Amino acid sequence: MPVDMDIVDIIIAQLEKITPPGTRITPQSSIMGDLGLDSLTVMNFVMWLEDIFDISVPMDQIVEVESIADLAEALQKLGAKANS
Amino acid sequence: MSILDKFTPLAEARKGLAGLGADPFAVTFDSVSSPAEATIDGRPVLILGSNNYLGLTFDADVIADGLAALEKFGSGTTGSRIANGTFGGHHALERRIAEVFRRKHALTFSTGYQANLGMLMTLVGKDDTLLIDADSHASIYDGARMAAGQVIRFRHNDPDDLARRLRRLEGAPGETLVVIEGIYSMLGDRAPVAEIAAVKREHGVTLLVDEAHSFGVLGPNGLGAMEEAGVYDDADFIVGTFSKSLGSVGGYCVSDLDGFEILRLACRPYMFTASLPPSVIATTLKALDHVENRPELRQRLAANADRLYSGLAKAGFKLGAQVSPIVSVRLPDIPVAAAFWGALLAEGVYVNLALPPATPTLEPLLRTSVTAAHSFAQIDRAIAAIVAVGNRLGVIGADAVSSAQ
Ligand SMILES: Cc1ncc(COP(=O)(O)O)c(C=O)c1O
Repeated sequence: MPVDMDIVDIIIAQLEKITPPGTRITPQSSIMGDLGLDSLTVMNFVMWLEDIFDISVPMDQIVEVESIADLAEALQKLGAKANS
Repeated sequence: MSILDKFTPLAEARKGLAGLGADPFAVTFDSVSSPAEATIDGRPVLILGSNNYLGLTFDADVIADGLAALEKFGSGTTGSRIANGTFGGHHALERRIAEVFRRKHALTFSTGYQANLGMLMTLVGKDDTLLIDADSHASIYDGARMAAGQVIRFRHNDPDDLARRLRRLEGAPGETLVVIEGIYSMLGDRAPVAEIAAVKREHGVTLLVDEAHSFGVLGPNGLGAMEEAGVYDDADFIVGTFSKSLGSVGGYCVSDLDGFEILRLACRPYMFTASLPPSVIATTLKALDHVENRPELRQRLAANADRLYSGLAKAGFKLGAQVSPIVSVRLPDIPVAAAFWGALLAEGVYVNLALPPATPTLEPLLRTSVTAAHSFAQIDRAIAAIVAVGNRLGVIGADAVSSAQ
């Protein structure tokens, strides 16, 4: 399944709000590594995405996510649609 | 290269903390003379962080029963419940726990941690779903990790978020287990149990409530937050610990569910560990008598909680949202929290230092807890010391937490 770039854009737009201004964010950025977010911030961020897409992300799937593209793919598999 | 290299960041963080003048992980009590008093490094301290809510650890009857059992049955069982580790006392304690909770069945564990681990990993099968509050205790998170089914977190104390997530699960195979705590251990806030019970009924799911910090503390009979809110029957499982209000060690789960007893042969953290020593069984049984027969202990505890909370609130500290025996001061950052904790210890007041990520937000906490055994004079002395240090460090008042999120 190709990654839905609209979902990627929504994720990046949200990440821009919680990272320092000017942080370079690409689909390949590692969420914990490159963006330096702590686990509490990531959890709140995932809960925000769950609201947007009206899905619940099981915990084991969050653990497997490295990059933004991974996250978009996981959300898509759980039924996320960019125009919902 | 070493297998321990992955802990380097943690080791650095610990070193950093010690550099700030605080090493809470190195605190050792040389002697303890009451639920409220001990010595650390030879100096007397007031204990204001213990979970010893009813102050029963030095109760004369509790100690007498513990000594008698020690002499009669020896120092330990040297075996697990399914082998040589079941004595008459284990059955007696399980019957007594079931009776106190007015439930048909009770299972005891060697710690409360194992009770959560055991119940969650055993109840939640491959096709089942487990929903846990985001601020759950480590034992709930660890039990969730060991569960075969999917685990979903809902926003802390948010029945609407829970309901939304249950709606999303409609049509999913298997059973759904929701897990909450009566009182949350970091900020002392209670779960909105009446609202959560209503959501539970509407969606027909199973509810497990961890009353670790609320048993012996809340409710007309001290049964916890569910009893206090009048929704006691909505808890399908209640988990708890002997290590807080009951002053010993061990955990339990009670339930009315038919078929519960089979867990004795399915729940690995129940089966594959040594059972509680007879002296612990005896002190716990006696402490349960006190919970039942001495409601004045709960009243005393509530009065002490109120005095500490209102004293610190009036001084301008940022606290948890509700009065409870756990009163936590929310601080802006780790250096301030470490300095605060160390200064209080120097003043002879011991409290717990709680640091993120063990805390619900990025704010570190000075976590205090009161017991029924504190006198008002001791509480007032603690307030005075906390206010003095808080003033010195400039963390009282409107912008006390300005640098935190
Ligand atoms: C909410 C909660 N559940 C379970 C436990 C575990 O209890 P125990 O200390 O008996 O292992 C604790 C305390 O440590 C707790 O705070």
